Amino acid sequence: MGLLYGLIAVGLALIFGLMDVTNFAHGEFLMLAMYVSFFLFAFFAIDPLLAAPLVAAAMFVFGAVIYLVVIRFAMRAKSNIGMVQIFTTFGLAILMRGLAQFFFTPDYRSITHSWLGGKTISLGGVYLPVPQLVGALVSIAAFGALYFFIKKTDFGRALEATREDAGAVALVGIDKNKVFALGWGLGGALVGLAGAIMAMFFYIYPDVGASFALIAYVTVALGGFGSVFGAFAGGIIVGLVEATTAMILPPSLKSVGIYAVYLLVVFIRPRGLFGSI
Amino acid sequence: MQNSFAQRRRRDLLVAGGLALLAALVPLVVKDVNVQNIMILTLLYAALSQAWNILGGYCGQISLGHALYFGLGAYTTTLLFTKFGVLPWFGMLGGGAISAAIALILGYPCFRLRGHYFVIATIVIAEIGLLLFHNWDWAGAALGIDVLVRKDSWATFQFTRSKLPYYYFALVFCCVAWLITFWLEDSKWGYWWRAVKDNPEAAESLGVVVFNSKMGAAAVSAFLTAIGGAFYAQYVSYIDPESVMSFQFSLLMALPAVLGGIGTLWGPVLGAAILIPLTELTRNYLGGSGRGVDLILYGSVIVLISLARPEGLIGLFSRKRKEVAR
Repeated sequence: MGLLYGLIAVGLALIFGLMDVTNFAHGEFLMLAMYVSFFLFAFFAIDPLLAAPLVAAAMFVFGAVIYLVVIRFAMRAKSNIGMVQIFTTFGLAILMRGLAQFFFTPDYRSITHSWLGGKTISLGGVYLPVPQLVGALVSIAAFGALYFFIKKTDFGRALEATREDAGAVALVGIDKNKVFALGWGLGGALVGLAGAIMAMFFYIYPDVGASFALIAYVTVALGGFGSVFGAFAGGIIVGLVEATTAMILPPSLKSVGIYAVYLLVVFIRPRGLFGSI
Repeated sequence: MQNSFAQRRRRDLLVAGGLALLAALVPLVVKDVNVQNIMILTLLYAALSQAWNILGGYCGQISLGHALYFGLGAYTTTLLFTKFGVLPWFGMLGGGAISAAIALILGYPCFRLRGHYFVIATIVIAEIGLLLFHNWDWAGAALGIDVLVRKDSWATFQFTRSKLPYYYFALVFCCVAWLITFWLEDSKWGYWWRAVKDNPEAAESLGVVVFNSKMGAAAVSAFLTAIGGAFYAQYVSYIDPESVMSFQFSLLMALPAVLGGIGTLWGPVLGAAILIPLTELTRNYLGGSGRGVDLILYGSVIVLISLARPEGLIGLFSRKRKEVAR
């Protein structure tokens, strides 16, 4: 579960690290991805595991379009830029939730017969649900790929350079908007991947994003904004803390542990564990 | 320049007095209960948003956890009233004092945080409060508490036959919040807050005690918010954690100020006057379908306004005034 939190969070971390924008509609991106996998399953009987690349691709396009249509303009604001970004993405979140209710109805849906759903395997006496296990493996692979992508490819380098100094990058002929749009696309693709995996074992409904979004922000902030590795580590910590809290406190309080650990960390180290900004 | 600033303030005061008088007369004409309800909520949110504006707008500390103070005000009043029979007026002040104290305690570690870390910390703290109240059996846990109906009177602050007393209380509350902001704007604190918002390092070097001025803003803001919560509890006479402490409330308090123009006297009033009737009407006419049309409209309006008018709607008709204020 922690690795999945990490996977949800890393898209957010990427977008934040890239251009200092917190996407408060991130949970709704996740919700959309889960619906896409659901409909791929319902209409074309594509198993969520197979659908994951498709969902990621679709969410890549979605993320890039959102940047070009909405976020690009939010970044142009001359005054109150922080507020404008926060409330633009919040507005977007509410809008997306409303659209989901309108088109998909507020009913709970779930994918009932995926290949892996409901199966467990025993590893040294511990029973693990297979979908979660596969999710964890996919998350690790995605982190590895992302790390490689940012460090080794031209686009990754352009991404990092634009983050460092957008003005200088423009001088060497890199289009800032293109890089940012691709960055948002990548963020969308990552959350798309997470959504496809989570569609296997979570109910899908219009508000589902909201319950994960806050944990995603906490995960990112815990690891430190702008650090991909931080999001990965933050995800694992959040997962462990949640599991531990669930043993001590009643289930309805399980998030309290996560929040408390977040506060503890930032009060001691205001930039998060691995934050550079 | 000095003169025109004084002139602007005198004009603000006159306009506010005129509007308040007008608002006081409206219920003589408008008898429709639904309309009165919308007006009460508008006034309440104008005041709450003004309270939020003190910390978020003037001092630049964007808190999205004000639902905590709202909830504390509501719960303190209701618990004191239902469990110990303490009159809501004392509960209201008690709730305000508790909220202000908690704001100071929380401010101690929180104000060291910057930007998004601060915003997320405020959300998380309010969320912890929500979860704790959810599990606190003595306070009704998730089921919430019904406020007992004793008798209609100003002493118990309960009125079952008419909404008018609530309306006038909301109006007075709104005016008080406005006046406090008006007074603070031109006080030492107001100047400190704006300095802290614009550039904390420079303010610090000029001798502004940044930390203390943030604490002051937080305490005033929390106190007023809790009064609003106490009023709301008496008005709807039923509270549960979701209805007074959820994240939606934090947003609803900030939004009017943001839409109207943050860090301005009139922003929250203007924002509430547009946003609250819009929300209520869309919910009444479109929300019933359960298909989210109200959310679609609401979300689009927020996105459009924050993109088109980043300085808030107030910028539409006070360009000149802004130049003077600079």
